[in-house]
Amino acid sequence: MVCTFCASGCDDLQITHDGRRVESARNGCAISVSRFTSTGQSRISKPLVRTKGVLRPVTFGKAIDRTARILSNARYPLLYGWSQTSCEAISKGVELAELVGGLIDNTTTSCHGPTILGVQDVGEATCTLGEVRHSADLVIYWGCNPIHSHPHHTTRFTIFSKGRFRRTRKERKLVVVDVRRTDTAKLADRFIQIQPNGDYELLTALRVAAKGEEIEQDSIAGVPTETVEELAEMMTDCEFGALFFGLGITMTAGKHRNTEAALALVRDLNYLTKFVIIPMRGWFNVTGANEVTTWQTGYPYAVDLTQGYPRFNPGDTSAIDAVTRGEVDAALVVASDPVSHFPGAAVKHLLGIPIVSLEPKMTPTTEASEVVIPSAILGIEASGTIYRIDGVPLEARKVVNPPPGVRSDVEILDAIIKRVKRQGRRR
Amino acid sequence: MSELLVKNGYVFDPLNGIEGDKLDISVRNGKIVERVSRRARVLNASGMTVMPGGVDIHSHIAGSKANCARMMRPEDHSKDPETKTKHTRCGVGHTIPSVFTTGYRYARMGYTTVFEPATPPLKTRHTHEELNDIPIIDKGCFTLFGNNWFVMEYIKQGRINELAAYVAWMLEATKGYAIKIVNPGGIEAWRWGRNVRRLDDVVPNFDVTPREIVRALCQVNSLLNLPHAVHVHPNGLAEPGNYQTTIDTMECVHDIPTREHPLIHVTHVQFTGRKGWAWPDVRSGAPEIADYVNTHDHVSIDPGQLIFTNVTWMTADGPAMFALFKLTKTKWFNADVESETGAGVVSATYKKGNYVNAIQWGIGLELALLVKDPWKVFLTTDHPNGGPFTAYPRVISWLVSNGARQKLLDKINKTAKRRLNLPGIDREYSLHEIATVTRAATARSLGLSSKGHLGAGADADIAIYNIDAPKLDLSKEYKAVKKAFARAAFTLKGGRVVVKNGEVAQSVQGRTFWTKPEVSAETMGAVTKELESKFDDYYSIRFANYPIEEQYLTASQVISTKGEV
Repeated sequence: MVCTFCASGCDDLQITHDGRRVESARNGCAISVSRFTSTGQSRISKPLVRTKGVLRPVTFGKAIDRTARILSNARYPLLYGWSQTSCEAISKGVELAELVGGLIDNTTTSCHGPTILGVQDVGEATCTLGEVRHSADLVIYWGCNPIHSHPHHTTRFTIFSKGRFRRTRKERKLVVVDVRRTDTAKLADRFIQIQPNGDYELLTALRVAAKGEEIEQDSIAGVPTETVEELAEMMTDCEFGALFFGLGITMTAGKHRNTEAALALVRDLNYLTKFVIIPMRGWFNVTGANEVTTWQTGYPYAVDLTQGYPRFNPGDTSAIDAVTRGEVDAALVVASDPVSHFPGAAVKHLLGIPIVSLEPKMTPTTEASEVVIPSAILGIEASGTIYRIDGVPLEARKVVNPPPGVRSDVEILDAIIKRVKRQGRRR
Repeated sequence: MSELLVKNGYVFDPLNGIEGDKLDISVRNGKIVERVSRRARVLNASGMTVMPGGVDIHSHIAGSKANCARMMRPEDHSKDPETKTKHTRCGVGHTIPSVFTTGYRYARMGYTTVFEPATPPLKTRHTHEELNDIPIIDKGCFTLFGNNWFVMEYIKQGRINELAAYVAWMLEATKGYAIKIVNPGGIEAWRWGRNVRRLDDVVPNFDVTPREIVRALCQVNSLLNLPHAVHVHPNGLAEPGNYQTTIDTMECVHDIPTREHPLIHVTHVQFTGRKGWAWPDVRSGAPEIADYVNTHDHVSIDPGQLIFTNVTWMTADGPAMFALFKLTKTKWFNADVESETGAGVVSATYKKGNYVNAIQWGIGLELALLVKDPWKVFLTTDHPNGGPFTAYPRVISWLVSNGARQKLLDKINKTAKRRLNLPGIDREYSLHEIATVTRAATARSLGLSSKGHLGAGADADIAIYNIDAPKLDLSKEYKAVKKAFARAAFTLKGGRVVVKNGEVAQSVQGRTFWTKPEVSAETMGAVTKELESKFDDYYSIRFANYPIEEQYLTASQVISTKGEV
């Protein structure tokens, strides 16, 4: 079975169940086991619609009616989330956004959006995770802590994995660059503590050092120049290097300039040896959300469809910016919790507009919603395609039935699309 | 029962030997039939040219590298948006259009079948997701085998029957259509930043040569009776002097017995048909290659014609892409796929004044004009490598008109013009030959018996162009030809009018073709067992999660073959 928590896409889970609930998930990490065995907790059992300020149970049809009305009447509806659902559902989402003339954005906007902007500037030298397992003799984790965020990453793909050309831990070196000594750093052959927000500086210095140029300063972002030079030497001398990076690069000062520097560093290293870079994406299908919107609209996130054709201009057409400016006047949230994750100013505006949530469990966003439609949990109660960090597609399969009356995101979105089309015809 | 009569058009149907005769084409329930009843709807094609729907044999329209390119190049899309209409979804162009736009733009040109020529097996689920979403046209994809660990190991061990069973298993698992080889062995060497440039260089760690890989897979192609030839992108892509490797690659399989169709198709030869020792010295190797193709029947080619415009290079040939990136210094994407293959994407611009670009442009046209038999050379631009597929009408205008070519020759780099053979070639294609290289020959090469012709039993995929065939002087009025092929008067897909006056009139779901070779249960059983035992060592996903179920394809069309293994 494929795990649907983080974007590592572990597909070696062995599940036992009683037809209703998952009883155990062997081979899973602690988070995975908890996700699979706690599906019953805080579930929403019936569609809810807010009447007189209170969310009250209604029929599925009524909830769809209300949703269709909200979305059709909105001038600039936002369709947000998508990273914890299937590609099939995301595809329906793009169709709906086109139909109602809205803005479709996924959680990339608040995590690896800068990575994509970096890629659009310099490109990316990457590979599938199996290649790292087979060949990498140098692994660098920069601004990420996979021991906690992607618990099986090190055992399945990097230092503790067994590949064709690298069979033991001794044949690989691990370097961790972070602002604090994380649990991943404790495993490292070399830990480099960097000053907060010093990533751009250090990455650029490494580019300089890798090219054999001299660095004049004594230290770079709190790292002694000798250490920088040593690290650059490790990078140029390895046979196959892999740089993994997380929000420590994308969401610190410099944002897409940081990712650009990282991507350019890895590109430059390929003149001398073989080097790859892989972003540590978070949610299990955030990569899929980028893929689907890209093949359908040309752009990976922040796609504005209000003009009848796709527009992409992050900062203008990105969810947080459009909400903060107060332009969005309704929101459909699928499998995400923006009320918890968005900045205060954006949340303030969100709380004032009608929100429709498609969500299996109660969250702060469902609490603030006008309509809540319970949905099945992907990979446990519904099947669908998801994409791993490295773009490898997998089919997440259904194990148990969802609670009675609960539908998959695809079915719910399909019903909304049909309802909106019918309304359009009547008009 | 729906019936339609396409009346009074000038029909070009090379597979049935019809060359511009004024004929009626009868359609019933999506198929072409001998005759229809009097109640049939009539589509008046008087004064127009009727051809089978176009069949594109090589166009990168779907899959992970196409999507990487889309993601990496927003600047490619922003100037070329497609607004939604009553019948169509919105999208973007230009060199790497989004999926809906891809289907519409092909249909507008009268194309109804297109093959994605390189899918990395591990990511083919992605390719099918995109193919499912491409409207109107029928499609399929070629599975990459040339750098696969299992393939190289079977070859090293000399186990050709097991290799055949493995290929059969893989085609079924990936729902692929044909065997594709890209830079055999070179992409495995790219793991360590190296390449394999010539046919007898050894692949690091695997101790096999590109020659052995190409030969073994051609033998497998025959053993499995696959519908298409082995589709090959040879070693040394884009390097000066690579024309010899291309000829060597064709020659290395000439002794392998084959059935009706050629055994090997060498693709986008414009990129591998270069003479000379270094960039300033690059010349056209087209005459030598054309000479080889003219004298051998086991081979077909396509030129991958260059267009002077902005393009996106994308190929499984990772090392070649990096080498080209070092020249362009634009944006470079690389994506290696474990145990199987790789991919590279680079953005670039072809300029008329650039010596090498001008030579490349000339090589493509020289190949198309010097290969005498139009059944051996097909029209492609290796979309989007040589140029976007939307440039086909322009390429057609160059093929039918020496005047159109000469006009452009006056604008290209002077040294290149002097060194090319093109100025001295005055051959001009007829409409019949255009119909051959754009649909009949490609359909035959792909082994699609229901495509590329208008005989009874064929799919009613029909393109009708505003060309008054007997009256129009193609050579002089090449601009009218270009216009007509850019916007079909009508395109019929499965008997339904999907394009009218160059605009999409309705959208239908096309089918995905794939091949299922039958292999003896014994050999397949042994091979599957072996695969299962090694799979966890080779891949980062489990064996059971690898194959793609048939239900995954929205409209699956399987072609079964009987293997001799």
